Amino acid sequence: MLPQIIARHEGELLAQWLQEQKANSIHQDSGQEAEARQISSEFLRNLKNSLSSSSDVQGAEFALVRELLADLSRSRGVQGYSPAQTATYIFSFKKPLFAAIKKELGNNAEGLASETWNASELIDKLGLFTMEVHQKTREEVISRQQQEMMELSTPVVKLWSGILALPLIGTLDSERTQVVMESLLQKIVQTGSDIAIIDITGVPTVDTLVAQHLLKTITAARLMGAECIISGIRPQIAQTIVHLGVDLGGVTTKASLADAFAMAIQKRGFTVSKIKSAGLPVAM
Amino acid sequence: MPLVKTESAKLAAESDIVRARQMVRQWATEMGFSLVDQTKIVTAASELARNTIIYGKGGVMTLEWLTEGNRRGLRLIFEDQGPGIGDIELALKDGYSTGNGLGLGLSGARRLSNEFQIESKPGEGTRVVIARWK
Amino acid sequence: MERIPILRMGEFLLVTIQVDMHDQLALTLQDDLTSQINATGARGVLIDISSLEVVDSFIGRMLANMSAMSRVLDAQTVVVGMQPAVAITLVELGMSLEGIRTALNVDKGMDLLRSCLPPRLGEDEEDAAG
Repeated sequence: MLPQIIARHEGELLAQWLQEQKANSIHQDSGQEAEARQISSEFLRNLKNSLSSSSDVQGAEFALVRELLADLSRSRGVQGYSPAQTATYIFSFKKPLFAAIKKELGNNAEGLASETWNASELIDKLGLFTMEVHQKTREEVISRQQQEMMELSTPVVKLWSGILALPLIGTLDSERTQVVMESLLQKIVQTGSDIAIIDITGVPTVDTLVAQHLLKTITAARLMGAECIISGIRPQIAQTIVHLGVDLGGVTTKASLADAFAMAIQKRGFTVSKIKSAGLPVAM
Repeated sequence: MPLVKTESAKLAAESDIVRARQMVRQWATEMGFSLVDQTKIVTAASELARNTIIYGKGGVMTLEWLTEGNRRGLRLIFEDQGPGIGDIELALKDGYSTGNGLGLGLSGARRLSNEFQIESKPGEGTRVVIARWK
Repeated sequence: MERIPILRMGEFLLVTIQVDMHDQLALTLQDDLTSQINATGARGVLIDISSLEVVDSFIGRMLANMSAMSRVLDAQTVVVGMQPAVAITLVELGMSLEGIRTALNVDKGMDLLRSCLPPRLGEDEEDAAG
């Protein structure tokens, strides 16, 4: 019944729906309104076609409708519309649709009730669908931003010719540790540094997985021809490492980044000496 | 799990090992895996292809591009009609401690993959399936 | 038959592996290397794997073998230029490549070779530095 009703009243439905949209201030400006006119008419057409073969919103016959709504939801989301706004756009179609159903089935109480219910269910599902897409899009943006933050938050710094430092700060999770470690190995190759100091002063706790990643990274660096020194191990972490039975197997550890740097300088064959001062600078 | 595409390659001579690596590399690149993940699955494929040719007396490698929700997965199936493996547990124990690489094929491939499955019986050939997901 | 070229650099030999090696090529390389060490009296070997994107257990074994064979012929080996992705994968694979010296690049590899080679009988320090 629904597809026929829509087919017979398509023109009216579109006009009334656009009225509803305007009345509810769904679009922000006239450019959006024009766009909405086109989308709404396309939506009606596809909806009519899909309904003639099925009423399953998740099914293959509704693919075009879903695609249309997904595009709309994504683009509105990017423009800053809330999920409720996009859903309301769909929900605002109920009024004209119910009116059309009443026109057709006004004298048939049972038919009217049943078709109105079907229509309501259908529009609800479509509205909810737009909200899901909206949410998913937001999740993708957040995930991308998280990735960027991860990369920015642990820079590898060059302390001296051939000596790199990686100051790790905050809690390390498995994924972040992997990203950070890969970036360290890349930097080692890029800068041709054969000593890397991994400082964990800023890391409150280390679990087995993180310890394993650290060790794997150090082994990988060794395979590449570079040596790692771990510095800044707090007493608590030292205890955890022993309790977990992690074997540091010959990895050099130093209490502080300063000690590690001093050792690295020495390994590279440099020495630091004090210049005899000629006296305090005099202001002229 | 929906299959986007699949392809098979014969593994007969040892020159097929390089070809297998190149095929897996191509697929992994197309599927957008990171360089490290690509290297892991290509290396695992190399180990299993070698096993198939040398111990399995030749067989077939099948590549499958799978999707599940947002994720995509690269699945590789190595099948042969060779002598089969008697003691799978033992075969999976690696020559790890010697560090010279002998006997690392199966266990190594398992460590390098997100999923690993093996079926083998003496006289009935071997089937190893590995997968990496993005 | 294609072979991987072995270049002479002073008293060292340089092997640059640039192709995805199949087994036969790897075995031929081992033969060629041992012959060359013998023929030239080279005391150090640099194996440059900076172009290798995949090192599986077979190639890892091959590198270990070449290193061991060279040592028997009184030459030291340094493997240089391993890519990070390869290193990470080898660790996951379980290959430690024990006994193989490594360096980041050819220059550092040569420095390493020079530092660990004692001068031969009859040579003084200047000769040995080549």
